[in-house]
Amino acid sequence: MKQILIANHKTDKRGNRDGYVDAMLELMEQDERIVHIDCDLMGCINTKKLQAKYPDRTLNAGIAEQNAVAVAGGMAAAGMKVFVHSFGCFASRRAFDQAFLAAGYSGVPVHIVGSDPGVTAAFNGATHMPFEDAALYMTIPNAVVVDSCDYVQTRFMTKALAGIPGVSYLRLIRKEFQTIYADDAQFEIGKGVTLRDGKDVTIIASGILLDEALKAEEELEKKGISARVIDMHTWKPLDEELIVKAAKETGCIVSAENHQAGCGLGSAIANVVAKKCPVPMEMIGIQNRFGQVGSREFLMKEYQLLSEDIVAAAERAIARKAGKL
Amino acid sequence: MTKQEKMQELRVFAEQIRLETLKIIGSLGFGHVGGSMSMVEAMAVLYGAKMKVNPADPGWEGRDWFVLSKGHAGPVMYATLGLKGYYPVSDAYKLNRPGTHFPSHTDRNRTVGVDLTTGSLGQGMGEAVGAAMGLKIQGRDNRVYVAVGDGECDEGAVWEAAQFAAHYGLSNLVCLVDDNKRQLDGTVEEVMSQGKGIGVKFSAFGWKTLEVEEGNDVEAIYDALTQAEEFGDAPVCIILHTVKGKGATFAEPTGAHSSQPSKEEWEEALAEAEARYEKIRTQGKGGEEA
Repeated sequence: MKQILIANHKTDKRGNRDGYVDAMLELMEQDERIVHIDCDLMGCINTKKLQAKYPDRTLNAGIAEQNAVAVAGGMAAAGMKVFVHSFGCFASRRAFDQAFLAAGYSGVPVHIVGSDPGVTAAFNGATHMPFEDAALYMTIPNAVVVDSCDYVQTRFMTKALAGIPGVSYLRLIRKEFQTIYADDAQFEIGKGVTLRDGKDVTIIASGILLDEALKAEEELEKKGISARVIDMHTWKPLDEELIVKAAKETGCIVSAENHQAGCGLGSAIANVVAKKCPVPMEMIGIQNRFGQVGSREFLMKEYQLLSEDIVAAAERAIARKAGKL
Repeated sequence: MTKQEKMQELRVFAEQIRLETLKIIGSLGFGHVGGSMSMVEAMAVLYGAKMKVNPADPGWEGRDWFVLSKGHAGPVMYATLGLKGYYPVSDAYKLNRPGTHFPSHTDRNRTVGVDLTTGSLGQGMGEAVGAAMGLKIQGRDNRVYVAVGDGECDEGAVWEAAQFAAHYGLSNLVCLVDDNKRQLDGTVEEVMSQGKGIGVKFSAFGWKTLEVEEGNDVEAIYDALTQAEEFGDAPVCIILHTVKGKGATFAEPTGAHSSQPSKEEWEEALAEAEARYEKIRTQGKGGEEA
């Protein structure tokens, strides 16, 4: 898999939603069975572009998420491959029974796209701020759960998910985000990417925490600490091999996620570490709290999701490894 | 075959389904008798006359779909599919045993001839609407029939699906409402009354709606389904006014949702169903008694 890193902490002019839409334009051109269903949020992720080109296969279900997912399950059983979009809170909590049964248990290709994950819901506030969306989908046996970081990864992973036979959940940051990858980067579902190598601690992150993790690595380097950084874009199935290797080689792990740490990426990594190679772990993420309204910058600070928080966690993890805490 | 001959055939088929449904549930001793019995005649007309199916090739692309959104009536579907030849009907006497292919609620992963998994009430309606939408996009002329319960219509999901179907003009979709007047905790009127009526609601949602007062009469159901084929520009809802527990001696008087009768009560019910089936079967062509 080819990955050329940009990671210059600068914003890509292309939003992640454009990555989704561009991928769908390709997919719908190539495969007449691909369908997009939206829940009155086409304007939020620019899927009107799909509607303009493929009106028969771009459907608006209105503000009725549970029905959108049930309909998707029925369409998929009748031979279609169906993507459904709503805000992550509604795409998970509101439609979960349908996602579990009509998609997951039924074993049909339904791909749920939840936009505005975690603090990226920003000014829509607590009611729209999913810190538990991925957790719900991770409970569905054999589901694929992806937290993508930038335009390039979102475009690539959307196309990859279209090829799987069952249910998937894609956390979609709607707007611009720092560029991590060059345009021709490639990925594999269930395989993490080592962005920077290191020997003292491993930071495993995804989505909007990835840029913070890279900044943290740079700060740690100034302090003489060598940190490995892994992009764990797929939360399920989890790349256990890469986690065990990191645990063995660096002796401690910091997870960093834009989600409840107790039921998301951090806890999933801890499951692997506890069973296969116990090492000290620290978890950056939402700590058993609800969301609230505010700018992304305010929320990142409020929920301690910044690079400085990752640096402190890395230092704690290293101290625990040395038996000093 | 004349229409009357066909109706006689469907009456025989219905009583055979009723008898086999009781045998299937009776093999375990307890289960959802009430809502299975009220559906018997609708199943006979759908699978005996109206639906294009091929039991030798259950996934045949040209098939019509039937979705039992009121999934707890699984046994009546298992009896029907077995009698149609999807599998030996006696296979379904393993209802709810460990590893069975015949669970309480219809399950596409488990049973040959079941296209969509149901059981979480309201959800099968949305799935059926999706199947109809998918078939329409593919330019196929398959029809989708979905059966919902009157109690199930408490679920908002039914109405979200209804508005979607009307909005997209899914004329390949027919919804049968098994309006048996009862739900688990009592009558529909007591538990959660349906305002001006389920049919009125469907009409207000933009569906063509038909009311069948004799919802356990095969000819009335047949005629309504024939009429439904002629509408052509909107989904059709057929309200079947039925009797919960119809024809099961221990269940019809109480209208119970789920039954666990004694051995003697089972024997009585099976004997009566058997006698009714034999009587109608031997009446010959053109028989008027049902």
